[in-house]
Amino acid sequence: MEIIEILFTASFWAAAIRIASPLIFATLGELICERAGVLNLGIEGIMVAGAFAGWMAVYSGTGLWTGVCVAMLVGMAFGLLHSILTVPFGLSQHVVGLGVTLLATSSTYYAYRLALPEVTSPPKIEAFQPFEIPLLSDLPLVGPALFSQTPFTYLAFALAVVVSVVLYRTPLGLAVRAAGENPAAVAAQGLSVSAIRMGAVVVGSGFMAVGGAFLTMSAFDSFFFEMVNGRGWICIALVVFGSWRPGKALLGAVLFAAFDALQIRVQQTGFGADIPYQIFLMMPYVLSIVALVVMSRRAEVPAALMVPFNKGER
Amino acid sequence: MKRWSMRLEPIANPTLGRRLMPPATALVATVTIASLLAMTAGANPFSVLGLILKGAFGSKFAILETLNRATPLIFTGLAVAVAFRAKFWNIGAEAQLYAGALVTVVFGTGLLPWPSIAILPVIMILAILAGAFLLLIPALLKTRFGVDEVVTTLLFNFIFLLFISMLLEGPLKDPMGMGWPKSARVLAEVRLPRIVEGLRLHWGFGIAIISAFVIWIIQTRSTLGYEMRAVGLNKEAAAFAGIPVNKVLVKTALLSGGLAALAGFSEVAGLKGSLTLDLSPGFGYTGIIVAMLALLNPLGVVIAALFVAGIFVGADSMSRAADVPTYLADIMLATALLLMVLAIMLTRFRVVRD
Repeated sequence: MEIIEILFTASFWAAAIRIASPLIFATLGELICERAGVLNLGIEGIMVAGAFAGWMAVYSGTGLWTGVCVAMLVGMAFGLLHSILTVPFGLSQHVVGLGVTLLATSSTYYAYRLALPEVTSPPKIEAFQPFEIPLLSDLPLVGPALFSQTPFTYLAFALAVVVSVVLYRTPLGLAVRAAGENPAAVAAQGLSVSAIRMGAVVVGSGFMAVGGAFLTMSAFDSFFFEMVNGRGWICIALVVFGSWRPGKALLGAVLFAAFDALQIRVQQTGFGADIPYQIFLMMPYVLSIVALVVMSRRAEVPAALMVPFNKGER
Repeated sequence: MKRWSMRLEPIANPTLGRRLMPPATALVATVTIASLLAMTAGANPFSVLGLILKGAFGSKFAILETLNRATPLIFTGLAVAVAFRAKFWNIGAEAQLYAGALVTVVFGTGLLPWPSIAILPVIMILAILAGAFLLLIPALLKTRFGVDEVVTTLLFNFIFLLFISMLLEGPLKDPMGMGWPKSARVLAEVRLPRIVEGLRLHWGFGIAIISAFVIWIIQTRSTLGYEMRAVGLNKEAAAFAGIPVNKVLVKTALLSGGLAALAGFSEVAGLKGSLTLDLSPGFGYTGIIVAMLALLNPLGVVIAALFVAGIFVGADSMSRAADVPTYLADIMLATALLLMVLAIMLTRFRVVRD
């Protein structure tokens, strides 16, 4: 009964939307890469790098939105590295992706230790504050849940719309989707498959880093090691769950975040107190695997995902 | 204006120079990048590199430390090498390592009151089975439902570590552990003896070397090894040639999971004596680097593991002496991994502008 009550509180849905925001950014980023035909396993490390870069920029005195841009640029740099190795050189996307995650994570930790050698607990920044949208935020339940979030969250939802429109309504989007479905046809049109794929990976990686920055600049106000904690891998599952469509991926992220918000609240109820807390912490990962199994049967995987394209061979 | 574009052209008969130059360049570039990073930390790059080498191989103590650190990496490196050869992407060696460690403390803390000669092999086999079983789940999800094993094995790492954490705070918690989430120590009979009396190196290292040879023989001399390679090279062609692809993938997974679990068995029985949540500082993930640097060759894994362990042990002591963060070691290895896969490709293909 308590669980039903939780589902009707505004604070629960507000938390769900907050938890979903970083996942939306990173899932959209991964989705763009995969639609163009490149699996980007660098996502976990790029989120770590973005979380640190955005936070560090603000801590050194830049504005919040400048911090977001810095995070995006750092993500794009790692995306460029990933795309050079996987697209023109056609190296294993699995190995390169894991390598980029290791490189991004370790260089972030290295930079953190160099920048703040003496601190025992990481300093805080003035993070994004909630912005109540006039009128809409007065609506019951939906108002506090959807329209009293930070501007960073609104950006996540806006980005989903933008990505969806660009992907399905513009020539650029068509080229990206075709690069992931039928690269030979793209090349026959006189377009460069490599350029499209590299562009998609660079931009997608930028979004992943912005997702990481959300953690340090809106969800929390500080940087911790291990703070990304597998969220990147969950986003890869969310892309599959959303059948490579931005709208469905957004829905998946919110649904997933709702479960996460629910488990945090159930832990505090009388019923939840008897269950080891680790069981609750496992739920997001278990849920991701279940989602993968359920969706696997009707997944519309981009046909050329993980298939390198080399003009020389047919 | 002409657009810049390139393509890759296979080289029919690569010369010796062609086969050696790219890897050598990759190695030099890795060391150069590490030196530049050391300079950003305000240290002299030559003394940093010297300190890493000295810390890894400079004394008897240092060498033994490196060999001890290499032991779990040989197991996880073999686990990854075996799996990747068949293009089965097991990124879950970390979880399988903990499965082996878990079995070792569950059966090694008094449940089986047998002498060493009986209990050690039994626990070793149980550990292998536990690791194999853990990887069987993602393998079956792949072969039955087509679920990508990269994501499932990665997610299993998080799930299984939370499971271990739950056990260490619950049924497995050592009552004498002063409240720490730590298991009881295994019996003296379950400890792996030292290879040479008086030297701090346990038989886990010996088992690791033997495993590498066994895997090498399986890969080069057995039908299973041939089938695993065929599946890895071209799944469709292998199926067409009558190889039961799914069965081979499942067997590969069992072998890979078992090998990774041996790392956990060896760390508990040989070194630590009990199970804690920091038993492995990412040995499962580092195994991927080891396997790739070894070009997935089981004997190469031993050498690559010694190299990687040397960098870690050396960086630890360098960090204390030169005040450069130890994460320099991780950056070096990630750089080496990326540059080496590129270099290996460049030994067989040349870049052509068109």
